[in-house]
Amino acid sequence: MALPKYTEPHYRVWHYFYLFICGCVFFFLIAPLFVIFPLSFNAEEFLVITDGMKRLDPDAFSLRWYKDMVYGTKNPWGLAAKNSFFIAIFATIGAVILGTVAALGLSSRYMPYKGIIMATLISPMIVPLIISGVAIFFFMAKAGLAATHTGIVLAHIILGTPFVVITVTATLSGFDHSVTRAAASLGSNPVNTFMKITLPLILPGVISGALFAFVTSFDEVVIVLFLAGLDNTTIPIQMWTGLREQLSPTILSVATCLILLSTLVLIAAELLRRRSERIRGINR
Amino acid sequence: MSSETQQILTTDGIPLEVSLKKVERRNKLKAFLLVAPLLLFLLIVYISPIVGMLFNSVDDRMVTNALPKTFKAMEDWDGKELPSEKVFEAFYFDFQKLIEEEREGKLSTQLNYTKNGFKSIIKKLRRKSKSFEEGNYKEQIMAVHERWGDVEYWRAIQRRAPAYSYSKYLKGVDMYQNEDGKIVQVEEDRRIYKKLWVRTLKIAFYVTLFCFLMAYPIAHLLATLPMKYSNLLMICVLLPFWTSLLVRTASWMILLQQQGVVNDFLVWIGLVADDKRLVMMYNETGTYIAMTQILLPFMVLPLYSVMKTISPSLVRAGKSLGGTPFITFWKVYFPLTIPGIGAGSLLVFILAIGYYITPELVGGASGTLISNQIAYHMKYTLDWSFASAMGLMLLVGVLAVYWVYNKLVGIDNIKLG
Repeated sequence: MALPKYTEPHYRVWHYFYLFICGCVFFFLIAPLFVIFPLSFNAEEFLVITDGMKRLDPDAFSLRWYKDMVYGTKNPWGLAAKNSFFIAIFATIGAVILGTVAALGLSSRYMPYKGIIMATLISPMIVPLIISGVAIFFFMAKAGLAATHTGIVLAHIILGTPFVVITVTATLSGFDHSVTRAAASLGSNPVNTFMKITLPLILPGVISGALFAFVTSFDEVVIVLFLAGLDNTTIPIQMWTGLREQLSPTILSVATCLILLSTLVLIAAELLRRRSERIRGINR
Repeated sequence: MSSETQQILTTDGIPLEVSLKKVERRNKLKAFLLVAPLLLFLLIVYISPIVGMLFNSVDDRMVTNALPKTFKAMEDWDGKELPSEKVFEAFYFDFQKLIEEEREGKLSTQLNYTKNGFKSIIKKLRRKSKSFEEGNYKEQIMAVHERWGDVEYWRAIQRRAPAYSYSKYLKGVDMYQNEDGKIVQVEEDRRIYKKLWVRTLKIAFYVTLFCFLMAYPIAHLLATLPMKYSNLLMICVLLPFWTSLLVRTASWMILLQQQGVVNDFLVWIGLVADDKRLVMMYNETGTYIAMTQILLPFMVLPLYSVMKTISPSLVRAGKSLGGTPFITFWKVYFPLTIPGIGAGSLLVFILAIGYYITPELVGGASGTLISNQIAYHMKYTLDWSFASAMGLMLLVGVLAVYWVYNKLVGIDNIKLG
């Protein structure tokens, strides 16, 4: 973004002003996340940056909230983490299977009523969560699945499928169908063709859809609030309760762990995107 | 086809046209069968319960079923003067049955929605009716409380006779059906929902606007910087995007509270006095700030993906033809980014209008939206039919925007990450 030498002064000023604005926006986006790190190592019980922390006094920092998170008495985080991972993993598996198969159908040029069906399949992403929550709650209560893991997993499959459908259809849009025809002409049956030819090629899209579905389920709180009983508590539910009642530093330790987790997911998603572009031959 | 001989036949002797159509039909069926499992799953577990909400929202059979004899006896009552002994008697027997089944509490809540003052007189009737003698129920019931002798209250009961009613929808826009059956607004000081709808639209609109104003410059920067720098900066957009909503809300709660980091900083640089720290949380300001930051990536990503496709030579051409940088931007670059602006704005608006978590945690009383009211009625007042009605009204609004989005942008163009 170096300016050419002939730039007039007032444009030069404008250009630096523009860079300054961009810097502010980036700061606004990312800085709130970093305020959590120091506070989670606070030795005090208050959620403020103490004078000791400003002086970088080692005594002002401690791991006590991390210890509390793991070993604390009556601590709900262990059960919550177990439930969260259980629900998210099964919801992801369900969403990936249903979503990938549906995306294969949607990408076929023979698919009838493509527009309306696509709109229906994407709708769980668009409809406000509170409405989905109310509707799914009514259904699960009637089906006797309220306050069960099954009910929550089913609900999260609903929320996860749109992401899988979108990412897999996007990958399939650059897919060369002659390779599957070649496989068929060499005597492969459709299932074999899918497993050996199609799946490896669309795998980056499938995995990135799976990441979205996983994160959506792992982070989802509105529907779980309606559906969960005491045994189905998840990490977001515990955070929600904690944030509403009293903001304890333990929550910030959990939040720090979650930020680290999302950093891992981000790296994975970014690597996948690049791989997918390479496979599809998009060079920039 | 004029004759058999001119038709092209396949090796099996079937006309080619027929054979092709058959293959096409089979392909269509194959594609549809692949989509079918997901479609069926969504129809059963998701779409049908939403349609079921429509039924819930107009379902008013609770009262109808609670007082069957009364409503039957009321059929030939003109509603002008107090009903006859026959109605009172029927009401007495219905009421006794309700007491036996311990359902009179629900009835009193329901009737109180229609007219205030039912709760206490039903309680009183329950107590006194134990010692009622047979016959002449009209006088005995009227003796319990003077309101039982007020024709208005009997009319209120009669209004609840139909099994289905749209009264919840009227309530959602601060209207009700008065004694004469006319639809009127509720008293000025009790109009809360209209204000809430307006506030929801206002907050969604401004959040979209703020997101646009902040996203445009950084999307432009990301699209024009060389790859190695822009990839690094992209992390600033993507990391919040992948981070848990609750974590981001928690960080805003820490920042915005009165003893929080932002206030500390403002006091430190001397902009705000220590005893006059700003109240930025539990009000509208908190909702604006937190929602804008949380939804910003949803504006940046569509804008970025559109700007990435705009060739820099277009801007250079504009400049070489004598345009100043500002004119070139306004006449050449900006019009090309409009698809991205449309996509991002509609997406942010759709998400903002139904937001629940963040307003609930940082919004306080003045910063909550329609979603929070729906949750409140689902959890605390247990008026599920009202919650359903409000939800459906919100849904209609969202689907309208979704439809526009689909027409303008196309759902297959939603970009993720």
